[in-house]
Amino acid sequence: MSEEIVLSIFRGDAAGGQEVEYRVPLTPGMVVLDAVHQVQAHQAQDLAVRWNCKAAHCGSCGAEINGHPKLLCKTRLDDYVGETVHIRPMQTFPIIKDLVADVSWNFEVAKKVPAFQPSVPVPFKMQQFDVDRIQEFHHCIECFLCQDVCHVLRDHNAKDQYFGPRFMVKMAEFEMHPRDGGDRVPMLAHEAGLNMCNVTKCCTEVCPQHIRITDNAIIPLKERVADQYWDPLRALFRKKKAPAATGQSVQG
Amino acid sequence: MASEQVATLESHQYDVLVIGSGGAGLRAAVQAAVPGVKVGIIGKSLLGKAHTVMAEGGVAASLGNLDPWDGWETHFYDTMRSGHFINNYRIVELFAKEAAQRVLELEEWGAVFDRTPEGKIMQRPFGAHTFRRLAHIGDRTGMELLRTLQYKAISQDITVHQEVTITKLLLDSDGRIAGALAYYRSTGKFVLFRAKAIVLATGGWGKIYKVTSNSWESTGDGASLAFRAGAELMDMEMVQFHPTGMVWPPGVRGLLVTEGVRGEGGLLYNSEGERFMLKYDPERKELSSRDVVARSIFKEVQAGRGTPHGGAWLDITHKGPEFIKRKLPGMYEQYLTLADVDITKEKFEVAPTCHYTMGGVRVEAESCATNIPGLFAAGEVACGLHGANRLGGNSLADLLVFGRRAGDGALAYVQEHGSLPQVSESEVEQEMDRVLSPFSVTDGENPYLLHEQLQEIMSGHAGIVRDGPMLEEGLAKLMDLKVRAQNMGVTGSRVYNPGWHAVFEVQSMLTLAELIIRGALARKESRGAHWRTDYPDELPEVGQWNYVQDLDGDAVRIREVAVPVMPPELSQLFDRGVAPGVYASQQQAKEK
Ligand SMILES: Cc1cc2nc3c(=O)[nH]c(=O)nc-3n(C[C@H](O)[C@H](O)[C@H](O)COP(=O)(O)OP(=O)(O)OC[C@H]3O[C@@H](n4cnc5c(N)ncnc54)[C@H](O)[C@@H]3O)c2cc1C
Ligand code: SF4
Ligand code: SF4
Ligand code: FES
Repeated sequence: MSEEIVLSIFRGDAAGGQEVEYRVPLTPGMVVLDAVHQVQAHQAQDLAVRWNCKAAHCGSCGAEINGHPKLLCKTRLDDYVGETVHIRPMQTFPIIKDLVADVSWNFEVAKKVPAFQPSVPVPFKMQQFDVDRIQEFHHCIECFLCQDVCHVLRDHNAKDQYFGPRFMVKMAEFEMHPRDGGDRVPMLAHEAGLNMCNVTKCCTEVCPQHIRITDNAIIPLKERVADQYWDPLRALFRKKKAPAATGQSVQG
Repeated sequence: MASEQVATLESHQYDVLVIGSGGAGLRAAVQAAVPGVKVGIIGKSLLGKAHTVMAEGGVAASLGNLDPWDGWETHFYDTMRSGHFINNYRIVELFAKEAAQRVLELEEWGAVFDRTPEGKIMQRPFGAHTFRRLAHIGDRTGMELLRTLQYKAISQDITVHQEVTITKLLLDSDGRIAGALAYYRSTGKFVLFRAKAIVLATGGWGKIYKVTSNSWESTGDGASLAFRAGAELMDMEMVQFHPTGMVWPPGVRGLLVTEGVRGEGGLLYNSEGERFMLKYDPERKELSSRDVVARSIFKEVQAGRGTPHGGAWLDITHKGPEFIKRKLPGMYEQYLTLADVDITKEKFEVAPTCHYTMGGVRVEAESCATNIPGLFAAGEVACGLHGANRLGGNSLADLLVFGRRAGDGALAYVQEHGSLPQVSESEVEQEMDRVLSPFSVTDGENPYLLHEQLQEIMSGHAGIVRDGPMLEEGLAKLMDLKVRAQNMGVTGSRVYNPGWHAVFEVQSMLTLAELIIRGALARKESRGAHWRTDYPDELPEVGQWNYVQDLDGDAVRIREVAVPVMPPELSQLFDRGVAPGVYASQQQAKEK
């Protein structure tokens, strides 16, 4: 088992850099993160990479492998035998060093998401089928790979106009909670920039948690916005929590 | 001459500074952030990535949603029994009484637990819990807990410092907590935090062992920082090995297989197809306590009845694919993607993995105060709840109950001691020099390789099985390693340099590894997770002690301190030989 794998890892920072080749012995079941750790321990102590769990739970290790946004800890190297594996940081965010991107913008956006507002006191009575739909959204590990791939953020750098798919999932999680009394529709329609999304579904394709971001979060949210802004009466029936903003006129 | 001056340092002032943004730290911060009180929280990772995110099986609380006979008394009973009675009973009592309310609070803040047919929070059975008790969300309960607290915290007025490593706790001239020195991992720049009170919530030190379920963060920095600052650490010999970690392929060795697999019906077999738990614990079988199941697997492997890669078989196929995918989606995916095994169709290999550290900073039950004025500790870094063995699900509940209490404790302390204590500039400068010194070592020891050697020593000499000579030899090797560690060197710049970060973490782990071995040598008996083949029995005369270690000058001092004795109203719960809830149900049945 002396098979070797060739990694070409981006080394550099905001000032620039280039890919550097490293060779590591391939062991059974090895994931890309294992190989990066091998390089760290034996060839480049200061190679920067983020990780925590090595089990696809924490969402720290998002990067681009041969151009595809992926988790380093979930990507098996046996899928790449005979190829050079190019590893670069996520491109939509500023780089800090090597494989580590500055994802702080996401945390700024997170602060804007209005918190869950219980409409009744706990303990809640909710059936499993009531919560199945939102539990899907709770699978999100905040890896930001969907943010990385979304062309609105990536190609158009419209970070001031759209919160991005991750936060549509988050807003959907609260908004569709059967015991939530808040109303995030005005924010979705305006500041959050839901209309910037043109449903290309690239986000869904890269989500390592298989969340159907577009079909199950974004499209239903778009429907809510449409209902509330164009059909206030239907909105009343649909959303029994009757948000105060229902009758609000269309602004901007 | 210091290379950096205090005067030019970035600095922040807080009333309450929380070190650690896992479950315990976030819960403490949420509690302390009342109007007019400035709260900051720090983590080595990004927000929402802390070790807590990995917790799977559930959070234990006697909600009694499925088993109405459950109540705090039975939770208390189970926790004391599994801890082999060296737990602090008062800590356990508060815990058992408050856990249910803390879980409901999470629901109020947006966590969505799995439901019972009546629409209540679902609870699953777990090892050595008398009743079905673990509230859960599939097999990703820790993530739900952490994410809920994370979003709760950012909706409050709390300042979050991400990817910051604290390297030293600072005291004033009266020995009160005054602040902490840290550096940003991204830039390598130092930052000084001054604070009236500090809550330590830095988690455990599972990374000391080679085969471990823990994330890289679990290097015991906080316990080691507190120890160096004069805090008392207790029960350090008590390290939990979870019975079921992944075994193959090599890259995932140690990764956790949640106890939920057994909770949902998974069965253990040896290579001969024998369901060996029937032999070791006929009553509780696969759902015996973790120390028992881990030792049973270990013994089967020793006896030559192990699986190809030295473990046992775990089998849940009889539950059917639909059930498995619904109840254990994470496990299903983990085995499929990382090990090419479909657990709905085949049995899979498991073996013990280092999982949790029961020992830690000695705290007072009500407020989580340590012996250092102004320093509080909660979560895995603290000690007293779990005794000699932690029950599954009790950690997440611990984070909530004592995170909250530590937040309150710190608040009360700040209200009592109004002023911001002074830090010593020369101490800060010395610490900066110390932290930077590996950059000036040429051809120094490689921190990554020293870490590997430390893990070899601890796994070989102070692991699941121990004896006197083995521990002594381990201690000698460890002391050699400590000498070599003084010469660790790093290359590259201060910007996001993991090699440099590892130096500090190896130092923390070396400090605690020594305490684990010293504690294990001192406890001349077997109890819970601490198994000594030269003293194979639980000895009542040893069981009345906790082993407390602190610094006496530069030397480690170890003392026997009496385990607090339960008052009669609690001790009588153990007189009937069955759990209080079971007893009550039997009484009612008789009356009918
Ligand atoms: C795989 C796995 C599954 C588990 N499943 C369960 C379960 O189902 N139920 C259960 O009850 N328990 C479970 N546990 C145990 C439980 O998850 C942990 O005990 C618990 O999460 C510890 O939480 P904490 O808040 O004390 O610390 P952690 O979550 O470990 O957080 C520690 C924090 O301190 C920070 N920190 C550490 N050192 C420094 C420093 N020097 N400077 C600054 N910050 C620092 C870290 O960055 C981090 O933010 C599981 C554990 C593992 C590993
Ligand atoms: S579907 Fe919308 S959110 Fe997703 S990638 Fe496309 S534009 Fe972005
Ligand atoms: S929605 Fe999916 S891709 Fe986006 S952050 Fe969450 S887990 Fe990652
Ligand atoms: S390291 Fe946690 S998701 Fe990869």
